[in-house]
Amino acid sequence: MAADYVEWLRREGRIVIVGASLAGLRAAETLRAEGFAGELTLIGDEPYEPYDRPPLSKSVLLGMASPHHTELPHRWEIDAKWRLGVAATGLDPTAKRVRLADGDEVEYDRLLIATGVRARPWPKPEEARLDGVCLLRTCEDAADLYRRLKAGPRRVFVIGAGFAGSEVASACREMNLPVTVAERAGAPLVGALGGVIGAVAADLQTENGVDLRTHVTVTALEGDPAGRVRAVHLSDESVVEADVVVVSLGSLRNTEWLQGSGLGAGPRGVACDAGCRAFDFRGIVTDDVFVAGDVARSPHALFGYQFLSLEHWGNAVAQAETAAHNMICHGAERRPHLWMPAFWSSMFGVNIKSVGVPPMGEQLMVTQGSLAERRFAAVYGYQDRIVAAVTFDNTRWLEFYQRQIEIGAPFPVEYPTMDRRPEGRQPVDARFPDPSLPTHGPMVTLSGYSPADQQLVFHPARH
Amino acid sequence: MRLVVDLNKCQGYAQCAFLAPDVFAMHGEESLIYNPRAEEEQRERLARAVAACPVQAITADGLDRVGEVREAPDGR
Repeated sequence: MAADYVEWLRREGRIVIVGASLAGLRAAETLRAEGFAGELTLIGDEPYEPYDRPPLSKSVLLGMASPHHTELPHRWEIDAKWRLGVAATGLDPTAKRVRLADGDEVEYDRLLIATGVRARPWPKPEEARLDGVCLLRTCEDAADLYRRLKAGPRRVFVIGAGFAGSEVASACREMNLPVTVAERAGAPLVGALGGVIGAVAADLQTENGVDLRTHVTVTALEGDPAGRVRAVHLSDESVVEADVVVVSLGSLRNTEWLQGSGLGAGPRGVACDAGCRAFDFRGIVTDDVFVAGDVARSPHALFGYQFLSLEHWGNAVAQAETAAHNMICHGAERRPHLWMPAFWSSMFGVNIKSVGVPPMGEQLMVTQGSLAERRFAAVYGYQDRIVAAVTFDNTRWLEFYQRQIEIGAPFPVEYPTMDRRPEGRQPVDARFPDPSLPTHGPMVTLSGYSPADQQLVFHPARH
Repeated sequence: MRLVVDLNKCQGYAQCAFLAPDVFAMHGEESLIYNPRAEEEQRERLARAVAACPVQAITADGLDRVGEVREAPDGR
């Protein structure tokens, strides 16, 4: 009977994908490439066909690409019904219906949730509305920010020194604009890479002329009588005049539309099994609802079956492919989502890449190069194993470290490499912030039940 | 023509930046920046860049006329 259902689904079933960005598109392509011949509908709240976001904070701000032309190439003809510019507002998994903002309802036989994340807005709405206060997530955000930067503001103020904020600061310096960056932690990138690597990122910023303020928070944005932002007030009681403020406080997962659906969905994403099938709130796996991309939270075998939420480009692609495959095949042919977490960033001319889950690491060793030269590879260790690696301008070595993580190689490491410096011979504390303290929301959320180590519960920012 | 580079795969060999300098540029030692929307007159150069990438990190559409550059459906 089940086999018949899958055959029927593949032939004439209805698959709906909510979320028309990278994960939604790649899932749609995979469905068609693997022989799905039924009806395919893609629903997206933005009125644009799927476009790529990483260039928005890099090529676009550097003037090399248009914010409105980062559309993703299609790898396969997907022959889908597009419902763009209309958000999904509700889900009834019993009736198998998605409700849309325009009142319409779309029925499905199988559903893929790929609604991703949105930029966390500035928490005070009246200040967030001031002219010159910007976010950077969508192509419209990028077009607006680029226009403001080109107009030559007296100073740009970036709130939050994660990857996005640091990339904006880097673009400002390339445009020769004065820029101040405020970060609550002790250095940029601390949530993603820890304080040791964060210190390198801090040096990069200050050497490139960024006015970096750490251990401070922004207490208020001040506007002029015309409603334009003119100054930023900080917790150390200093005031910085700026006419563009970029709010770069991480992101919020788009799960509100799933309230009342009975799915295990909330601020930390939609929980699913390793095969991308969504859990309901009781922790029981559903049969016809799948999840992929930034909004998903799934257990990873290589990292103690912790549930990982990964806001990574490559995760969106790989998880979408796995989800799509699993949606239209029989149980025994399903694949687990075992993608090795990986991301890249580029700032101040330095290429930063990582594999594994750095925030899981407690200790760090610089295995090649040196921090002072800004050209190095470092590995993170947890419970005597390598769990992650990061490179600054050393990307060709990353694959080696990926294999080390995959085989559970021991930590501390003893590589007899030529490029090994004395500073890397002893593990040091990787200096991640105390997870019990509030943060802006880390890029990787480690959570879930692990009898061996229950204090590894992470507390992301309150919403 | 739309294109995207999988920058997890990219290792900064810079072949694309030599072959299609109006589309791809190195930014620092090994960072790549690129224009995801290449002009039509870049077709030949873009096709060469896609083919020459040592790690096959570039996906472009609209290149069918210049041959076998379309990626396999499960291509990573």
